Amino acid sequence: MLRALLCFLILALPARAEEVVLGLSQDEVAITATFDGSQILVFGAVKRDRPIPPGPPLQDIVAVSGPSEPVLVRRKERRFGIWVNTDSVLVDSAPSFYKVATTAPFDEVMTDVQDLQYRVSINRAIQSVGATFSTTTVKDFSDAVIRIRETNGLYRVVENAVKLDQQTLFRTAIDMPANVTEGDYSIRIFLTREGQVVSLYETQIDVKKVGLERWLYNLSREMPLIYGLMSLAIAIAAGWGAAAAFRVVRLR
Amino acid sequence: MQIYLPIAEVSVNAFLLLGLGGIVGILSGMFGVGGGFLMTPLLFFIGIPPAVAVATEANQIVASSFSGVLAHVRRKTVDFRMGTVLLVGGLIGAALGVVVFNYLKSLGQVDLLVRLCYVVFLGIIGAMMFVESLRAIRKSRAGGPPSKRRKHNWIHKLPFKMRFRTSGLYISVIPPVLLGVAVGILAAIMGVGGGFIMVPAMIYLLGMPTKVVVGTSLFQIIFVTAFTTLLHATTNFTVDIALAVLLLIGGVIGAQVGTALGTKLKAEQLRILLAMLVLAVCIKLALALLLMPSELYPLGPVGGH
Repeated sequence: MLRALLCFLILALPARAEEVVLGLSQDEVAITATFDGSQILVFGAVKRDRPIPPGPPLQDIVAVSGPSEPVLVRRKERRFGIWVNTDSVLVDSAPSFYKVATTAPFDEVMTDVQDLQYRVSINRAIQSVGATFSTTTVKDFSDAVIRIRETNGLYRVVENAVKLDQQTLFRTAIDMPANVTEGDYSIRIFLTREGQVVSLYETQIDVKKVGLERWLYNLSREMPLIYGLMSLAIAIAAGWGAAAAFRVVRLR
Repeated sequence: MQIYLPIAEVSVNAFLLLGLGGIVGILSGMFGVGGGFLMTPLLFFIGIPPAVAVATEANQIVASSFSGVLAHVRRKTVDFRMGTVLLVGGLIGAALGVVVFNYLKSLGQVDLLVRLCYVVFLGIIGAMMFVESLRAIRKSRAGGPPSKRRKHNWIHKLPFKMRFRTSGLYISVIPPVLLGVAVGILAAIMGVGGGFIMVPAMIYLLGMPTKVVVGTSLFQIIFVTAFTTLLHATTNFTVDIALAVLLLIGGVIGAQVGTALGTKLKAEQLRILLAMLVLAVCIKLALALLLMPSELYPLGPVGGH
């Protein structure tokens, strides 16, 4: 049993001949008041203890994923002449942000079987296991999540976006739109050969609010009554201020 | 200039928000409506999550109503007595409305009911005001004496009479309290201040003079929306202070401009403009229900509505 497991482990990770050494343009993405999206530069090199193996060249996939959460998808249908929500499906887990960059067309850099195992493509990154409808219907609902988030610039697969020089140096840029949410974003870098994963490197990047944004957010969660009263005080002060200012203008 | 909103978690153009606040503020000052029925759908449209839009809008209405009411106080066009009576009813109604809202939520379909509420109420009120003010304008053009509203109906036979000097009325407190309760319920369900229902009801049901109606409605709205803001801030954490500040800077200035504009227009013109606005929003919402939506699969957070 133990031997079989050992065998499997050795087969699963073929000798670790090639490994990723990674660099990131930043350790965290700071959401400030003027945050207008961001770009993370992912770059690095492939470390080897032997010459580049002959045969098909090395390929590279960079996948950045935001925190996953369940999403309730409803469907609208026409009833009595008006459009109403009829049924709904709970998509158990969908990342708030998901971008994949590759060195070549996706089906060339990773096989379906490997995709199923590592959940790299967008379709595989979304899970709806608890749904009670037939599979084709569920697919309509999860497709809607993908379609809407692709339109909002949150999901995307960019093929040929990773530059891999001499099968050693790689770099790519991942764009984050302005509507990203907070959380730990995972970055996965796959090295593949003939669609098989040779090496996987994982790291995290923190996307968080800072400064005034952080302070307001915390206040609204920890002291909601104070926060609410503060909002009202600002509203009253602004209303009074404008009335007073306009009175001065009119009297002149 | 893009601004990232801390609670809504989206980035929006600051000038767009200032402009929206300004336009809605002008309407608020002119007509005595909070403007929520207009602003909330506009905020949905620019991508603010609905829960945040509804809660933050309540906070913004506090500011623009306060700014507007000060101008009316100076002109002595606020009936504080009537406002207080309406407010008592309004707060009772708002509390009842929350209960009704939660009951509808447990049935599902709360979204649809809110929309239907909007279409029905805006349609009835808009059509009524439009026809009435058109008739009034035609009469004044023809040179005849302005039509006098029926001052004595069944309302004047009820007990608990009270003198409302500013409005020049001596009527029972029962109709204003009931009106307050009804508007409070609707306001809580529809997530607005309720001015667009209150203003016509004060004119047509209570027979108050149009000039006093606007200030009194604003006075009452301040308290109802302040109550709503606190409720949202403490239970749903959905008041976005940054969004509110941007909206209210435009809003308070707009309210002052609107109040000044309102004094220059004749009462009939003011009413026909408001009627047209109400009808336009009604048609827009009705079309959204009748036409095939561009996205048949709306997304929602789990547990939210």
